[in-house]
Amino acid sequence: MRGETPDLLIRGGRVIDPASNRDEVCDVLIQDGRIEYVGSGIGLPDGAAEISAEGLVVAPGFVDPHCHLRQPGYEYKETIATGAAAAAAGGFTTVCAMANTKPPVDTRATLETVQEVASAEAAVHVYSLAAITVGLGGKQLVQMGELSEAGAVGFSDDGITLASPAVMRHALEYAKRFDRPVANHCEDPALTGDAAMNEGPVSMRLGLAATPAQAEEVIIARDLALAELTGGSYHALHVSAARSVDLIRGAKDRGVNVTAEVTPHHLTLTDEIVAGRWEPIIASLRPYDPVTRVNPPLRSQEDVRALRDGLASGVIDCIGTDHAPHAGHEKHVEYAEAAPGISGLETAFGALMQLVHGGEISLPQLIERLTQGATVYRLPHGSLAVGAAGDVVVLDPEREWVVDAAAFRSRGKNSPFHGLTFRGRVLTTICDGRVVFDLNEESVETVGALGI
Amino acid sequence: MPDNRRDLERRLLDADDVRRALTRIAHEVVERNGGADEVVLVGTHTRGIPLASRIARTIAQIEGREPPLGELDVTMYRDDLDMKMDSPEVTPTSIPVDVAGRDVVLVDDVLYTGRTVRAAMDALNDLGRPNTIQLAVLVDRGHRELPIRADYVGKNLPTARDEEVRVRIREVDGEDSVSLARVGAVEGR
Amino acid sequence: MPLHRKHLLDLDDFSRDEITQVLDTAESMSEILDRPISRVPTLRGKTIVNIFFEASTRTRVSFELAGKYLSADVINVQASGSSVQKGESLVDTLRTIQALGADMVVMRHSKSGAPYLAVEELECSVINAGDGWHAHPSQALLDLFTVRRKLGDLEGKKLVIVGDIIHSRVARSNIWGFTRMGTRVVLCGPATLLPQGFEKMSDANGLVSIELDADKAIDGADMVMALRIQKERMEGGLLPDLREYSALYGVNRKRLANAKPAVIVMHPGPMNQGVEISPEVAYGPNSIIEEQVASGLAIRMSIFYLLAGGR
Repeated sequence: MRGETPDLLIRGGRVIDPASNRDEVCDVLIQDGRIEYVGSGIGLPDGAAEISAEGLVVAPGFVDPHCHLRQPGYEYKETIATGAAAAAAGGFTTVCAMANTKPPVDTRATLETVQEVASAEAAVHVYSLAAITVGLGGKQLVQMGELSEAGAVGFSDDGITLASPAVMRHALEYAKRFDRPVANHCEDPALTGDAAMNEGPVSMRLGLAATPAQAEEVIIARDLALAELTGGSYHALHVSAARSVDLIRGAKDRGVNVTAEVTPHHLTLTDEIVAGRWEPIIASLRPYDPVTRVNPPLRSQEDVRALRDGLASGVIDCIGTDHAPHAGHEKHVEYAEAAPGISGLETAFGALMQLVHGGEISLPQLIERLTQGATVYRLPHGSLAVGAAGDVVVLDPEREWVVDAAAFRSRGKNSPFHGLTFRGRVLTTICDGRVVFDLNEESVETVGALGI
Repeated sequence: MPDNRRDLERRLLDADDVRRALTRIAHEVVERNGGADEVVLVGTHTRGIPLASRIARTIAQIEGREPPLGELDVTMYRDDLDMKMDSPEVTPTSIPVDVAGRDVVLVDDVLYTGRTVRAAMDALNDLGRPNTIQLAVLVDRGHRELPIRADYVGKNLPTARDEEVRVRIREVDGEDSVSLARVGAVEGR
Repeated sequence: MPLHRKHLLDLDDFSRDEITQVLDTAESMSEILDRPISRVPTLRGKTIVNIFFEASTRTRVSFELAGKYLSADVINVQASGSSVQKGESLVDTLRTIQALGADMVVMRHSKSGAPYLAVEELECSVINAGDGWHAHPSQALLDLFTVRRKLGDLEGKKLVIVGDIIHSRVARSNIWGFTRMGTRVVLCGPATLLPQGFEKMSDANGLVSIELDADKAIDGADMVMALRIQKERMEGGLLPDLREYSALYGVNRKRLANAKPAVIVMHPGPMNQGVEISPEVAYGPNSIIEEQVASGLAIRMSIFYLLAGGR
């Protein structure tokens, strides 16, 4: 889909590039798909297009270290093309796809299929992780060397917790040779059982099988101990519990090679919403609405508070959307039967701007967390450095809009944010110098009712 | 409140009128049924019950023997469930004899749309198959919505729909009287 | 006071007045049940569909008779054995029911929250006849009705619920029903089977407490409710064995000696006699277990009546 692109001058915006400590009103020039110049007083080159960003924010395109694009095998949920389009609409120019497709990405052949489809059809940069174990079976390691060489950016059995401490130890040790992180989905299966939500007063009220935050903490504690033992590079996926943040902080203080991510939904929703009761923002959900079912489950207010602190302090390195699209019929069932997951790429920025407007994190900090997924997987993205890929997003932090899940570019309409008014919107997304999303060119029908 | 209401009322029957009307009804019941051997008097809640009881005592004076006396609750037989939403006040249904083959005289205070009587007949039929069902009312105020007429009427009262007939019976209200009131802006029903 | 409700899903949002109204109406229904012929035509022409995705004789028959006494047409759909096993989803089944044109649907389902999905799919009233571990509101209402007839005002009284509370929809609905009436509720059982958090829930008004020792819990109780112990709980590692359970938590005569002399003993059935309750107690003078069954009819007639009139 990429080809010759005209040069682009983005003029007069507040340019925030955390990677180069830049936060000033200036211009950004993209030539031949790369960042050519960032500064003031640039004349419009011949043949270049101009985007006026006055009063707006210009930032590096966001990087999502964690999404599910479902292809191959579950194209009825999402395809690489629709998932990449959703990413573009959410301001993401780089996404990392998880390996739990059908078949899972555990061989070079499957990885190359994903890469070929991505380069042919995706509007943004799509990278793929590979599984840690063959068939996500939790036993035999994949060919990490071959998969690394073929471009796997990390290893994860995400969706399933790698339960065996021995296999985790060996994965961390073996992956060292290829400088690829091993990322785990942290929910102890024995403690979790067939739980549908977080254990606490809400699960007690609703009578749903529940899993305590400790089911995450015991796996994180174990994995950190093994990372410390092996010196391997470890990434904690979608951290959801307060104590997990403490554990990661402690490990980082000891110099353990660990990174961590958190999702927009774990930062903004609590388990109260499963009872349809969360007053601050949501009134429209009924009790037991399966759009709130996600693994790990939405936790308590105390957990949300700790996750926000962890995000602000940098203990948690980055935002991962855990974009998990599902078909309508997979959510239109009894709560405990519903497929877990939230379609999150298109709402991430709007949801997280609540934290900025609430004064809990600054806008530059939020942009840093939305781009730092690149460092987790050593990707050449997430900065406006001269020579970097021309991946830029233009944001309006004040623009109000109403989330309309039906208008998502993603095939997955499963969003607990549907119907909410967010303040803060992605206006334009540019990938390799090409405009891959422009709100102004979207009709109201495809983007939803915009409260302007 | 009662005093206010009374100011707007026009009194049509006093205690003596009520007594005379019930005595006449008792005689008519005996005459029409050739005595009172098969007669069962059944009052409907609330004021029909004391009225039936008084008619029964008068019949006892005429015939030397008091006919059986029963009470009937028709709450759950009403056909206006969708319109009302209050808790039903179900009162006892109790008739001391089998109604099958008997001449049942239903006694009520006011005959208006006929819906209560219809409900009462349904309730009676659930209890057995009487030989006849007859209807005695103290006041017939017209405006029937069903093909029902009374066999014994104390007083025919032509009324308008926005008027309210107020029957007071000593056992329930402390006095015997029948009045007519216009239901206006002051009070609505 | 009208009951402005279309559905009966849970008791946690019922006010004291609303519960009182259901109980008062059930008194009226008892009056009808005492008549030689209990059938009244109130719901003539209305169709009630009983759809039970989980086997139940007692509750289904109670709802069925209650509907019939009010002259409704009652249809029983036995969903557990038929289409569901052929892979038909709950939504498919509900759409079929919707097409049948029912006025009220009585639903029992093994998954907590399933009636809320039914409300989304159906235009008619939905009555929750038990969903998973979540709620069984008609059972709690009949329990309230039965004990109110014995004790009168329930404010300040003490109810002890003994057993597997975490997996019990009966316990959950009774917690809401009794605390709303001002009753203190003590939850008692092995900690593996006790829910945490009801003590702190604001809408339980601080009336719920936890006690691991059954003798202490029952001390001074006005009411004791024993819950059925499922054998699966031992396979799940939540209980060592039934003998130990019975020794520690079985409701027997000796244990009841600590309660008020006129203590009322309840059990939602079906009972494991000799496990959670001893036969001498189950059939003793303090037991109202049989009356609970009879109360079920009056309560379910009351529910039908109020929901039919209350839209």
